[in-house]
Amino acid sequence: MNNSPYILAPASVTAVMLKVLAALLPGIAVYVWIFGPGLLVQIVLATLTALAAEAAMLAARGRAPGRFLADGSAIVTAWLIALTFPPIVPWWITVGGTAFAIVVAKHLYGGLGQNPFNPAMAGYAVMIVAFPALMSQWPAEGLTAATQIGLIFGAERALDAITAATALDALRTGLHENAATATVAGVMGASPAFGHIAGHGWEWIAAAYLAGGLYLLQQRLITWHIPLALLAGLALTALPFWLADPAHYASPLFHLCGGASLLGAFFIATDPVSGATTPRGKLIYAAGIGLITWFIRTFGAYPDGIAFATLLMNICVPFIDMKTQPPVFGRKDGR
Amino acid sequence: MNALRKLFGFHGGVKPAPNKDLSTREPIAQIALPERFVVPLHQSVGGTPRPLVAPGAQVQKGQRIGAADGNVSAAVHAPTSGTVLAVEPRIMAHPSGLAGPAVVIAPDGLDTACERDPFLWRSAKPDEVRDFLRDAGVVGLGGAVFPSHLKLRAGREHPMQTLVINGAECEPFITCDDMLMRERATGIVRGAAIMGELMQPREVLIGIEDNKPQAVAAMRAAVQAAGVRGMEVVVVPTRYPAGGAKQLIRVLTGIEVPHGTRSTDFGVQCFNTGTAYAIWQALEQGMPLISRIVTVAGNVARPRNFEVRIGTPLAQLFEAAQALPDTERYIMGGPMMGFRLPDLAAPVQKATNCLLAGSPALFPPPPPEMPCIRCGDCAKVCPADLQPFELYWFARAHNYGKAQEYSLFDCIECGCCSYVCPSRIPLVDYYRYAKSEIWARERDKASADGARTRYEARLARAERDKLEKAAKLAAKTAAGRQKAEQAMAGGAAAAPGEAAADPKKALIEAAMERARAQREAAQPKNVEGLSAAQQAEISKAEARRELARQMADNKEVPPE
Repeated sequence: MNNSPYILAPASVTAVMLKVLAALLPGIAVYVWIFGPGLLVQIVLATLTALAAEAAMLAARGRAPGRFLADGSAIVTAWLIALTFPPIVPWWITVGGTAFAIVVAKHLYGGLGQNPFNPAMAGYAVMIVAFPALMSQWPAEGLTAATQIGLIFGAERALDAITAATALDALRTGLHENAATATVAGVMGASPAFGHIAGHGWEWIAAAYLAGGLYLLQQRLITWHIPLALLAGLALTALPFWLADPAHYASPLFHLCGGASLLGAFFIATDPVSGATTPRGKLIYAAGIGLITWFIRTFGAYPDGIAFATLLMNICVPFIDMKTQPPVFGRKDGR
Repeated sequence: MNALRKLFGFHGGVKPAPNKDLSTREPIAQIALPERFVVPLHQSVGGTPRPLVAPGAQVQKGQRIGAADGNVSAAVHAPTSGTVLAVEPRIMAHPSGLAGPAVVIAPDGLDTACERDPFLWRSAKPDEVRDFLRDAGVVGLGGAVFPSHLKLRAGREHPMQTLVINGAECEPFITCDDMLMRERATGIVRGAAIMGELMQPREVLIGIEDNKPQAVAAMRAAVQAAGVRGMEVVVVPTRYPAGGAKQLIRVLTGIEVPHGTRSTDFGVQCFNTGTAYAIWQALEQGMPLISRIVTVAGNVARPRNFEVRIGTPLAQLFEAAQALPDTERYIMGGPMMGFRLPDLAAPVQKATNCLLAGSPALFPPPPPEMPCIRCGDCAKVCPADLQPFELYWFARAHNYGKAQEYSLFDCIECGCCSYVCPSRIPLVDYYRYAKSEIWARERDKASADGARTRYEARLARAERDKLEKAAKLAAKTAAGRQKAEQAMAGGAAAAPGEAAADPKKALIEAAMERARAQREAAQPKNVEGLSAAQQAEISKAEARRELARQMADNKEVPPE
């Protein structure tokens, strides 16, 4: 029989994960509205793969499959993978990335609660390194559902009319191709990938992620530290460059609304298992992600930097946590 | 007045359902005298009191039956008049289920109080008042049962600023302080005033959680009626564990008393309301601590508070409150920090503030434990500002050094972390386990250190003896040689014999003489005047010894 406390607040890992999934729904809805139903197909693919991989690994490790499958953590990983992968990526990339995330990044490190790296970001990193071209193709304007599903299941691609780069990617390539003459304004004016602030439609998706993130804050599933520090780290790094040379450096607002910035700030970096846990540690960890993201986006070879920045900062988490232990009761003035 | 006072928050805390209404509907009831009292001798922090009575002795109500063992201890008294049946170990209300020394008393039903001289505490020296309280058995009734007389002393270097009277009572179900404040506010206020006179603080603050408006009203009225200067009832927000002494001090004064320090070093001291009442009873009514208020609640038909004599069997309280048939466990304390009672034959002690009957519906078994996901909810609610999940990892890994580095011993085991953990990890169990492991290791280390010290001392002794012997021998040798030389010099002319010619020979002879004397002195003792039977026994023993010696020599087994 258990010891005190004999009463428990209603809380469970499953409830935590379900709330995270619920918080992702507005972002998914806007995403589908702008880019079409490809994402939904990817979500189904990733979810089924994640559950299958989770069940297989639990069986292999001799763990109770029902209890751990029901915790919902694999589904959260699956949805984050679907949201960060291009929605028209071939099915086997989604399946491969998800399987890698669950089997290697999660279970080979000890399963739920033990993984040092964010599983979804590990899956993303492996796939973008292995298949950089496929992982950079986003649906062009007005792609029909049938075409998107066709692309996912193996139709011919590489047509500019069908696929396009993201705003971050287009800006980077645009600036690099004509390093002498190109400007941010010029590149953005010339490509249909751009919208009012960053990528076309991305500002709305970013707003929806923000809404979901605020829900997580309101539910006290996350604290303000990581989202704020990540976005501040990103914007404050972008700011001086943009002020000094607005022709060649994108604005802080472009960075905040482009790519996976808000998804990363509220849903990826806030993964408690792989992230920092102390209040000061969270600030350092998330600001580091923001900073590294800007550098990868601006000078790196990949379209977005959130994944690599998160993984890099994941490595630092034990050290950050160790060095930022908050003072205990009665020892706040260093007694 | 209260509106002007600035209150401070403390980090963390939780808000479980209070469940306090049911046991406050009826006034405090008296529990009938039981058939047998089992009065534990060890009821407070510190030494176990020495029993002052033997089986067969007649005792009277309030008579001291256990004397404080040193100053860190508190006396124990007979709860009623009657006959002492036994002084023996009895099962105690402790999670271990172990027995402790107790005085078993059969009441005579007369409840005669013993005569006592009035103690004029106002004219007594503070030390005499403290000794009186120790001998009246007054200990902290909030649950820690620390002897109160030890706390009634201002810090040496710090003048007393604030005396805190703790009526917060933050744990769910428990209402004994609430009812005491409602019904006996005057006694509490007078007790607090006495403590104020002993400690001379600048203010006396009575902290009560805002979910006890009736207690607040009663206490305010009593404070006003008593007209004590600097005493004030302060309403604090309801949040568990606001009733922890350190948390309440923090809320009322903003001072954080670190683990391992005395609050008087910060000019603050904190007493429970029940303790204040007990001090008033002891000093003004001449009644030592022989009863207390106990809440009986949970899975019972009639939850309420009882005034219970110390030593009453717990079963009688559950009977009085009518525990329901589906009760599967009995708990002492509240649902956050209480423990399961091993046996209802155990008696009520000074620490017994609440008894809960538990059913699976009331206290459902926890869902299966999941892995920690480091969500940090435990750190958010920890009133000691710890990182409970880090302590959990270290405790699990038996990394006790690291656990101590992360301030394991600052944990007050309030249970907030376990209460909120979404993975349903019994975190406090891990800390209790780690703490007891560390204590066990420290005990082992202390005993190993003791053994080593003893061994080293023995070696040193042996070395010293050897040196002393050598020195003695050298001195003797020198003296003998001198004697021999003198003899040689004296007898050289008279008899130039061989003996005298060799001083060495003289020495050897002297040594042989000494050995002979020693042998003679080492003759068996007590051998005179033995009876024939004794003599026969000795001979038999000698024979056995001889046989054993032969066996040892021959290494042969003698025939059966």
